[in-house]
Amino acid sequence: MDYLLDSLYSAILLAVSIDAELLTVVSVSLKVSSSSTILASVIGVPLGVFIAFKTFRGKRLVITVLNTLLALPTVVIGLLVYSFISRRGLLGAFDLLYTQKAIIIGQTILIVPVVATFTIAAISRIDIRYRKTALTLGASWFQAACVVIREARFGIFAAIIAAFGRVISEVGISMMLGGNAKGFTRTITTAMALEYDKGEFTLAIALGIILLSLSFGINLLFHFFQGRTEA
Amino acid sequence: MKNYLKPVILVILVFGLLAGGASAEEKLIKMSTTTSTQASGLLDILLPELEKDTGIQVKVLAKGTGAAIRDGVDGNVDVIFVHAKAREEQFVADGYGTKRYAVMHNDFIIIGPKDDPAGIKGMTNAAAALKKIAESGSMFVSRGDDSGTHTKEQALWKESGLELASKTTTIIKTGTEAEITFISPEKMGGKYLSIGQGMGKVMIFADEKQIYTLADRGTYIKYKFGNETPVDLEIMCEGDPRLSNPYGVIPINPEKHPHVNIKLADQFAQWLVSERGQKVIGDYKLLGKQLFYPDAVK
Repeated sequence: MDYLLDSLYSAILLAVSIDAELLTVVSVSLKVSSSSTILASVIGVPLGVFIAFKTFRGKRLVITVLNTLLALPTVVIGLLVYSFISRRGLLGAFDLLYTQKAIIIGQTILIVPVVATFTIAAISRIDIRYRKTALTLGASWFQAACVVIREARFGIFAAIIAAFGRVISEVGISMMLGGNAKGFTRTITTAMALEYDKGEFTLAIALGIILLSLSFGINLLFHFFQGRTEA
Repeated sequence: MKNYLKPVILVILVFGLLAGGASAEEKLIKMSTTTSTQASGLLDILLPELEKDTGIQVKVLAKGTGAAIRDGVDGNVDVIFVHAKAREEQFVADGYGTKRYAVMHNDFIIIGPKDDPAGIKGMTNAAAALKKIAESGSMFVSRGDDSGTHTKEQALWKESGLELASKTTTIIKTGTEAEITFISPEKMGGKYLSIGQGMGKVMIFADEKQIYTLADRGTYIKYKFGNETPVDLEIMCEGDPRLSNPYGVIPINPEKHPHVNIKLADQFAQWLVSERGQKVIGDYKLLGKQLFYPDAVK
């Protein structure tokens, strides 16, 4: 149990010493996770809006499939993407494996379902009359969508925050597709896994504490942002 | 009442049987070992033979040597089977292990892509070969996980005469400051990749990127000749006495951790260095190639 106290001190020590290696690890994590979150939002939000608005045959099935994909294991995504981008794979020529791009691809696949299902839920809760009123007032389909998205923004924000939380804490994809190369694809979580493998538990937990503090900071930012748009 | 009792009795019976089954398998020990003994396939041959002779079953936890030694220090296992001689001797000297038994050895090799951009093929001086890799601007992937192979690699870099970047991290251990030091060739910069993974993963990484790495021969043979898709890497440098790779087995000291099963751990270690165990090790061949050379019995 002394680990925890030791780790807390080590985390503070690491954070205040502005260790160059730690900064790289943190910046790789942030860069990769925010890229995949942005990408997944660009794909997932419109997808969610589209599914929520449209009535079509098999809509419930599509939603069920998306919900199932929420449980997609990172290892499965890792293997799938790996088989495509490996040197012997279909996209081998692009030399993507063990790069940050590879991690971003995998993480995006991981969280598109998260963003899409939460968006569907958020939009579905908005009274349908908003859209109908907008349409009768002469709004185009796109404008009507914007009105509803505006109303559902809290839910959609929650979707994006959840998605970000999923990828910044994820380790399977980063390890399999990024390869944990120091200075290139080593993220906070793969660094933690490595310190655990080395038997340096203190450092592993210290990194975990730093990851949580970072997440807290980012969520504060989001909160501030949401608060401002409330008016 | 009868209907209610039936399933209860059944459940009790099943649990009773399971418990009985478990107690019958009491000859079970836990062993932390390096990834190379497992990845090379040796344990798959060795452990069934052990069970046949002694009835001992071994629960294997394969990790880097650093982590395996850590398991020993923490008393998580009964015995460790690793390859970093100096650290093993320190482990025994610190009182965590009862004795180091020299079991076997194989050797490390430097492997790389067929076209050999650094031009080191056929060299027998490992430190000079590493130096040449660095100076030719070729890439090298390192275990970087504090394993036996990584320990050896760092020793070789030290002997290469290259400028080394040493990176020290300060952490708190049991209330006092402790330091972890890592060295890497300064000059290589981004050409030196430290990925902190097991031997198999590093080999696949080197294969994917077509770059150099240091590997133990056992794992290399397994990945080169025993895999469906063999790695596209060749032996570049071998035969340097500094590339020797001795393996030792150490039972955990019951004075530090009274709960360890020292009797079975000792029996296991004794069997490994017995004529019988040594013969199994010496006879283990993968596609006609001997992987490990017994050290206890000639």
